[in-house]
Amino acid sequence: MTTVQEAPPATVPEEIRVKHRTHWGWWVVTAVVLLFAAGIVKTLITNPNMQWDVVASWFFSRSIIFGLLRTLELTVLAMFFGILLGMLAAVMRLSPIPILSSVAWFYTWFFRGTPLLVQIIFWYNLAALFPTIEIGIPFVGPVFWEGNANAIVTPFLASVLALALNEGAYMAEIVRGGIVSVDPGQSEAAAALGMRNSRALRRIIFPQAMRVIVPPTGNQVISMLKSTSLVSVTSMPELLYSAQLVYNRTFQTIPLLVVASIWYLIVTSILMVIQYYIERRYARGGRRELPPTPWQKFKRMIARFSPAPTTTATGRA
Amino acid sequence: MTTAPTTPTDEAPGEGEVVLRVTGLKKRFGALEVLKGVDLVVERGEVMCIIGPSGSGKSTVLRCMNHLEEMDGGRVELDGELIGYRMRGQKYVTLPEKVLAQQRTKMGMVFQSFNLFPHMTVLQNIIESPVGVLGQNSKEAKATAMALLGKVGLAEKADRYPRQLSGGQQQRVAIARALAMKPRLMLFDEPTSALDPELVGEVLDVMKDLAREGLTMVVVTHEMGFAREVANWVVFMDGGYIVEQGIPNDLLRNPQMSRTKDFLSKVL
Repeated sequence: MTTVQEAPPATVPEEIRVKHRTHWGWWVVTAVVLLFAAGIVKTLITNPNMQWDVVASWFFSRSIIFGLLRTLELTVLAMFFGILLGMLAAVMRLSPIPILSSVAWFYTWFFRGTPLLVQIIFWYNLAALFPTIEIGIPFVGPVFWEGNANAIVTPFLASVLALALNEGAYMAEIVRGGIVSVDPGQSEAAAALGMRNSRALRRIIFPQAMRVIVPPTGNQVISMLKSTSLVSVTSMPELLYSAQLVYNRTFQTIPLLVVASIWYLIVTSILMVIQYYIERRYARGGRRELPPTPWQKFKRMIARFSPAPTTTATGRA
Repeated sequence: MTTAPTTPTDEAPGEGEVVLRVTGLKKRFGALEVLKGVDLVVERGEVMCIIGPSGSGKSTVLRCMNHLEEMDGGRVELDGELIGYRMRGQKYVTLPEKVLAQQRTKMGMVFQSFNLFPHMTVLQNIIESPVGVLGQNSKEAKATAMALLGKVGLAEKADRYPRQLSGGQQQRVAIARALAMKPRLMLFDEPTSALDPELVGEVLDVMKDLAREGLTMVVVTHEMGFAREVANWVVFMDGGYIVEQGIPNDLLRNPQMSRTKDFLSKVL
């Protein structure tokens, strides 16, 4: 069916205004939630057992700050080696050589399958299993180097080993998922352009896999920050154990746990900001337009609320 | 575009210099035999179109030419050089990856789904391999890339990302990217099949220009108009065989085999 378009009316029709419906329910929900939130905040702040003065006095104390630095150090080292191990294991897992993919599979199976706490205690007590450590070729070869396990595996090394090996197993799956998510046409195009596999992986596949790898990795870093508290079993004075050492002396358990928690929250917040910008960087080419930074969003919001003299008026003034 | 192509090889087949020779090519996917012995000769400056129903093995032939698929029998030679293998006595031995990669630089390939690198700009896409694989300096490579972009009519899109372009534009960039390697011949794997109908023309126009300049091309296509207008040689495949081949006028207007007649009656 076709209809003939009528000529537009000579007069410009009045601008149609949209009146948004008022959602009374939203306001009610908001009021109730805010009421309860305020209640919780009030009891936390006014409860004398929180001993905010004690929290304040210990917050920047030497032992707590040292503990925090130790926690950061463990997080960075464990994540660094964990990501390296994970990338290696992921590439091995996808290798056409069966023994490499089997070894990688076994690694992830074992280290994801046992509790992290057990792994930490295990590495800490390695000397009980292997009193001496030798480096050489098994069965046949000469021993290049040997040493006393007790002297080599310090609490710090045991902690980093345990955390990194465990992290590597999780990262392996994250990295593998990222690589697999890249369209196979990309490797074909790279091959057709004369790139070797290693180059294609480095220049074409990995940069695209990063978009899938980064968000869960950020999650892993935040999770690692708190997993480091488990190494207190090796008497490593990281953030939590430092706080525990203090309250074992002073019996100010709650305030010191609050000190540690606030520090964990601060670091997590900083990590979340960093993650946002890294994700944004790897979004290049993924969308037509990059998502705005919070600062850009803020500027746009200001621009919307301030009168814009350049916009042309439509309809009635 | 109605001008007849005046490529250097309007001469009869069998007289020009052979660029690519495919002999007894066989390929199996599991139990399914997709190529049952294919023989082809591509001459310098020639445009060969391979047509046929889907599943006839025409794309597989193309992918075997630059060894994206390993073959199960037969041989592919580019300028007399065996592709993907070398002879040791009576046996074929697969080439090391490095040598294979080198061989592939001599054949440009354009894919149905473009396969541009989405994390790189158009310009970066084009210079990636000339700089990274051929070792050209980046200034020189950029100049070449810009010239090629001009040729496909996209000079002003050099700094865009592929997803900011239409399908037709992406495919033209993909053609420029393959040309930047200065290949001996170009392989086109259904280059217009993933495009909206109104974008097919712009890609075919670029390909016609290349044909007119004497570029050697093997084109797997469903575009019978393109085959009739541009090809010097048309190959009809069905069921893993070459059923019939000839110059477009003979094969498309006056096919001899019933399977060819049948197919053409459906698509023309």
